[in-house]
Amino acid sequence: MSTHKAALCKVQMLKLFLTSPRCVRITRFHGVCGLSTSTPASSPKVCIVGGGPAGFYTAQHLVKTRTDVQVDIYERLPVPFGLVRFGVAPDHPEVKNVINTFTQTAQHARCSFHGNVRVGKDVTVEELQEAYHAVVLSYGAEGNRTMGVPGEDLAGVYSAKDFVGWYNGLPRNRELRPDLSCETAVILGQGNVALDVARMLLSPVDILKKTDITQHALDALAESSVRRVLIVGRRGPLQVACTIKELREMVNLPGTRPEMEASEFEGIAETLKSLVRPRKRLTELLLKAAIETPGEEELEKRNRAERAWGFRFLRRPLEVLPSTDLIRAAGIRLAVNRLEGDGEGVRAVATGEVEDVECGLVISSIGYKSLPIDPAVPFDARKAIIPNTMGRVQQTAGLYCSGWVKRGPTGVIATTMNDSFDTARTLLQDIGKGTLDVSTVKPGSQGVSALLEKRGVKPVSFSDWEKIDSEETRRGETRGKPREKMLDVGEMLQVARA
Amino acid sequence: MSVASASIQFFTRLLRYRTKCAVPFHAASRILISPYLPQVFGGNKVLLGTCAQPLRQSRQQMAHRQQSWGQICRDRLAETGSLRSEEKVTVYFINRDGRKITTSSAKGDSLLDLVVEQNLDIEGFGACEGTLACSTCHVILDQKVYNQLGPITDEENDMLDLAFGLTDTSRLGCQVCLSRDLEGITVRVPDGVNDMRRSDDAGPTL
Ligand SMILES: Cc1cc2nc3c(=O)[nH]c(=O)nc-3n(C[C@H](O)[C@H](O)[C@H](O)COP(=O)(O)OP(=O)(O)OC[C@H]3O[C@@H](n4cnc5c(N)ncnc54)[C@H](O)[C@@H]3O)c2cc1C
Ligand SMILES: NC(=O)c1ccc[n+]([C@@H]2O[C@H](COP(=O)([O-])OP(=O)(O)OC[C@H]3O[C@@H](n4cnc5c(N)ncnc54)[C@H](OP(=O)(O)O)[C@@H]3O)[C@@H](O)[C@H]2O)c1
Ligand code: FES
Repeated sequence: MSTHKAALCKVQMLKLFLTSPRCVRITRFHGVCGLSTSTPASSPKVCIVGGGPAGFYTAQHLVKTRTDVQVDIYERLPVPFGLVRFGVAPDHPEVKNVINTFTQTAQHARCSFHGNVRVGKDVTVEELQEAYHAVVLSYGAEGNRTMGVPGEDLAGVYSAKDFVGWYNGLPRNRELRPDLSCETAVILGQGNVALDVARMLLSPVDILKKTDITQHALDALAESSVRRVLIVGRRGPLQVACTIKELREMVNLPGTRPEMEASEFEGIAETLKSLVRPRKRLTELLLKAAIETPGEEELEKRNRAERAWGFRFLRRPLEVLPSTDLIRAAGIRLAVNRLEGDGEGVRAVATGEVEDVECGLVISSIGYKSLPIDPAVPFDARKAIIPNTMGRVQQTAGLYCSGWVKRGPTGVIATTMNDSFDTARTLLQDIGKGTLDVSTVKPGSQGVSALLEKRGVKPVSFSDWEKIDSEETRRGETRGKPREKMLDVGEMLQVARA
Repeated sequence: MSVASASIQFFTRLLRYRTKCAVPFHAASRILISPYLPQVFGGNKVLLGTCAQPLRQSRQQMAHRQQSWGQICRDRLAETGSLRSEEKVTVYFINRDGRKITTSSAKGDSLLDLVVEQNLDIEGFGACEGTLACSTCHVILDQKVYNQLGPITDEENDMLDLAFGLTDTSRLGCQVCLSRDLEGITVRVPDGVNDMRRSDDAGPTL
């Protein structure tokens, strides 16, 4: 047999092998709960706003635990999965495996997905409350914190949220066209999003071109002049917000070397002993990259590296400095901080010193932020979350929340998963206790469909999404990518309805 | 067999796996603790329950279809023939609610495979399907069993660091493969997950 044939045969066998356990998984899920497809008119009808991880995990727990509950997920975009599609970095495909479970939930007999429905615009939360026994708000964090410094609106200054949306194909960010013609980029904030952005800016294009990164971002990154990325934090090395896996990826990133200031790590090694395990391992790795003498192999890698990345600590942005024509960013002025207190809660205080750093690209990655969705829903503007107790929206019966809009914009998918299960549990308890009245008959999606039709809104079903999905996969295949995302809502709708 | 011929055999096999496998080895992984060592190298003894090797495919394959470690584990075991076995290993699971479940799975399966194949009702377990990208498959073992499993890769430890209720004998279920030596072990599934940065400790604002 030729090598090619042998390989093909192997791939086919592998496919066979691989599909079987997944089927088992499907039966596992449906076996428990999928049997009773009949939903009596008085069955509890729950509506979920937002088709991200929080929405899908809340739905999963509801349909799995109670055999009569009917769940409808309303999503603003024609495509599901929220930040799993539009946030998670293209070179982290393994994280996107959660999509398989979400798909099972969406295909469950008592769960439906309704994309292309903007809650708060196409239909109000009050209207949803009329149609359903309970409404769960899981609409994530669509805004971002801003630095609030002069020069923030100069060309060359972007929020990480928009930059991420651009390389991940979020329709509203397709025209971002970030200017990558400078050598040094400064990222403000030291969380995992900051590291995602740094990795995207510095990764060899040969790696990126095999991911589902949007083609326009790939083309721009291939032409990019950025050679050096500084990741700036207001506090010290012991307070970096990223996690170790992401830091290790930076350390191992081909073609790059770390460029740190050894002086910033003074006294850090001495604190290691007193740290809890995760912080300790993270700090050890940081020290290794920053001050340890590299081994031969690593030294060689660093010498060959054409790109560099580094953390800078105890710096708070004061002003983005303009170029001479006052149009573009040319640098950033930073206030030098010192630390007060100790541990994770340590505070940064200004010393009065300032420092200017030359850079043509500034990306602020200091956090996402939830926005109010509808005047009828309470919102804590200071914390930027929906005020709640264990997922019950305060002062409003029948209203719940889960995910980032409930907790604030931190936490990995696993955190969001657990918190969504918690909300679903609270809701089911309330049904059990009778504090959530499910005795009245509610129209559910039928009622909402009628409203939407009147307003000329055509929802996208999960099987419509599957058409978009296969078209995107097909387009990806022609380029050797797992998928080429559609960037235009109009085009998505056209394919969905074809 | 002489040491020299054994090492030649070992490296030839490794090389063959490297070229043949649908899944290239992860650059940072420690091949020596791979479960795919030939029988002459102690077979099951080295297999002794750890598949402590981060599962990474070429990024393209990865994105086309994500595979779990256990699936690849079995596939490669099947490929080598000798290590594949229908022999069952009994495992006692203590679920989050304290209930004890007696179950069994084929040698070579990971604890995650076992949970999936045996339909154990552990909600949210194995969210990333065995690709070392979540920590939802966190399990707690007895000290003795933990010691038996041998070294853990940095990549597994990195994900363990995000697990809620991390203990000194914690492992990720998707990275622990069953072997004869693990017959009758008890595995505890802890409650919930943790993230280093919960919203309530997100630090001060300036
Ligand atoms: C850049 C980035 C990368 C990340 N990478 C990882 C990672 O690698 N691993 C990991 O574990 N976690 C990662 N996370 C964290 C993870 O994405 C979050 O924990 C999770 O997505 C939060 O889920 P959510 O459902 O609350 O919010 P989202 O995922 O934001 O989902 C909210 C959904 O609601 C929809 N919506 C918004 N407004 C409306 C409306 N008015 N009507 C209807 N629908 C609406 C949105 O379109 C969206 O689909 C990352 C986060 C970011 C920002
Ligand atoms: N691969 C992954 O697993 C992955 C990838 C991306 C995102 N995520 C998750 O998604 C969540 C969000 O990530 P994120 O990076 O946006 O948030 P984050 O982890 O909360 O990090 C925010 C960063 O911004 C800084 N910051 C906040 N306000 C600031 C201000 N006013 N001025 C200066 N600096 C400020 C913070 O510093 P202080 O510490 O001083 O507040 C911190 O360094 C995180 O939980 C993250 O783990 C995970
Ligand atoms: S299943 Fe995700 S790390 Fe094991």
